[in-house]
Amino acid sequence: MRSELTGFPLVKTLLKNRWPQLLVWFVMLAGFLFAILSGFFGTPVGNRNFGIVFVWIAWWAVLILVAVPFFGRGWCAICPIPLPGEWLQRGAIMDPPGKKPRWFNLRWPNRLRNIWLQNLTFTLVALFSIIILTTPKVTAIVLAAMLFLAIGMSIVFERRTFCRYICPVGGFIGLYAQAAPMELRVKDKQVCLACKDKPCYNGSEAGYGCPWDVFPGGLTKNTYCGLCMECLRTCPYDNIAINTRPFSADLAKPSTRMDEAFKAFIMLGAAMIYAGVFLGPWGGLKLAAYSFGSLAWFGYTAAFLVFIFGLLPALFLGAVGIGKALTKATITLKKSFTAFATALVPLGLMFWVAFSLSFVLTNAAYILSSLSDPFGWGWNLFGTTAMPWQPYLTTLLLPLQTLALVVGLLWTARTAQKAGTEVNLSPIPVIVFSTAATIAMLGLLL
Amino acid sequence: MSKKQWFFVILVVLTGAVIVFAPLPVRAAPPTQRTFRVEAGQFAYAPAVLEVNPGDTVTIELVSTDVVHGLYLDGYGVSVTADPGQTAHLTFTADRSGSFRFRCNVTCGALHPFMIGKLQVGPNLWLWRAIALTVLAGLAILILHPSLPKAQAS
Repeated sequence: MRSELTGFPLVKTLLKNRWPQLLVWFVMLAGFLFAILSGFFGTPVGNRNFGIVFVWIAWWAVLILVAVPFFGRGWCAICPIPLPGEWLQRGAIMDPPGKKPRWFNLRWPNRLRNIWLQNLTFTLVALFSIIILTTPKVTAIVLAAMLFLAIGMSIVFERRTFCRYICPVGGFIGLYAQAAPMELRVKDKQVCLACKDKPCYNGSEAGYGCPWDVFPGGLTKNTYCGLCMECLRTCPYDNIAINTRPFSADLAKPSTRMDEAFKAFIMLGAAMIYAGVFLGPWGGLKLAAYSFGSLAWFGYTAAFLVFIFGLLPALFLGAVGIGKALTKATITLKKSFTAFATALVPLGLMFWVAFSLSFVLTNAAYILSSLSDPFGWGWNLFGTTAMPWQPYLTTLLLPLQTLALVVGLLWTARTAQKAGTEVNLSPIPVIVFSTAATIAMLGLLL
Repeated sequence: MSKKQWFFVILVVLTGAVIVFAPLPVRAAPPTQRTFRVEAGQFAYAPAVLEVNPGDTVTIELVSTDVVHGLYLDGYGVSVTADPGQTAHLTFTADRSGSFRFRCNVTCGALHPFMIGKLQVGPNLWLWRAIALTVLAGLAILILHPSLPKAQAS
């Protein structure tokens, strides 16, 4: 069922050569910096500002509807945020790596080698999202903060520690990349075992050691591989392949990590809260989420955190516990919990797809007008500034959202069954939990 | 998959099609004239949910309480704009059943894209169909793959 894309000479050449990636990077970096500039200096009206419209409507649509489901960490391969820091760290943009490490080159602390910090950064962004998504200056501050934090971390630490341990977007892309029908893997593990210098990890004259701190020979899932293609360039044995594969191939082996389990709950819960706050008819809820510092905001924050970190995991734990009781298994509750949380990956992904369809189709009309007048200064570069707003494909929206959610449930149920077989537990209560969550999401969206 | 399993899958798909497309008996109230006074203020409508019967002639009196607001009704494609303190009228026949979002179509401030209300024409049948489809999907996969844990399977 796997097919090697790098088996096609043209694909391999395009991926191995640094120039195509560099050109895309430059375009992305220019767009990113332009989004920051428009946020700071453009109109404060969100839906007329390039920064808001291109980041939260155009980029988000491409990311969640195309890039993540089909290419996994494909976005990370062209993301502009780590570039200035990485170029500073290496002291080069294109040149082969030098012998001496530049700057401090410290190892990231062992205690923080997990995605708890990414869980925290995503939760913070999600908590303030109604402010970030609607206020150009706040979007600009968040984007600039990510850029400068990535630069700072590149100077102090080795490799791409920002991407691997801090980036709020990278955390959930990694989680959902497990479901994608694409992967980077070694062709023959024995070749890696016999390889002495491990240039894929340590670097060589052909390229840099893995910026994501991953040894490709040990890769079993997509979560932490950023598809930067350095190992494709450095492997002296041509042992790296980009493959297409069946959807959710990585999910066959359930996770054992609590940080990854909680990432699944954060994403699932945030999608449900977003559906209520952004797309629901409850004005009071929107104002509570928006009025930072008010009593209502504290109430919203408390409810947000309790729902994501308390209620959802507690209900899920109850479901897992029932499954454990049904099968009288000896496996610990913690192991069962993390194993079954893996099954929530497809459900969460499809919740986000269903939410984003509505969000994107009703706001996509702003893209063309803000392209003509990115700062909201009255420009009309392409003659589209005055294009009237109108939502697209609203008659198809409900069937598409329903389809996404039902497919998500089927996919999750099947994954839960496989996880159940792995850990010797009944998946039925988890499937019931997922069905209830899907019905709740349907109620919020329809 | 075995023949039996394929047969089951086809049966589930057909059941799903029935759930989605089968006409359902809905008690039809005689069409009437309905008028709603809807206050629009940053960034909500009051009332935010309007319920009418299919065939009703609906008039929305949109009153803006602060800045200029609009109301665009998804699915019907009709809209109206109200200046502050003024009342604007929108009249249409509710000839499409289901749940429809209405939203502000005049940029009115930070949360403008999320200023949303809901018009319910008759019962929300699509929601019930979607729920039935979801339950069917959950049951189908349990029947198709009973997935007994290894210990019990052996």
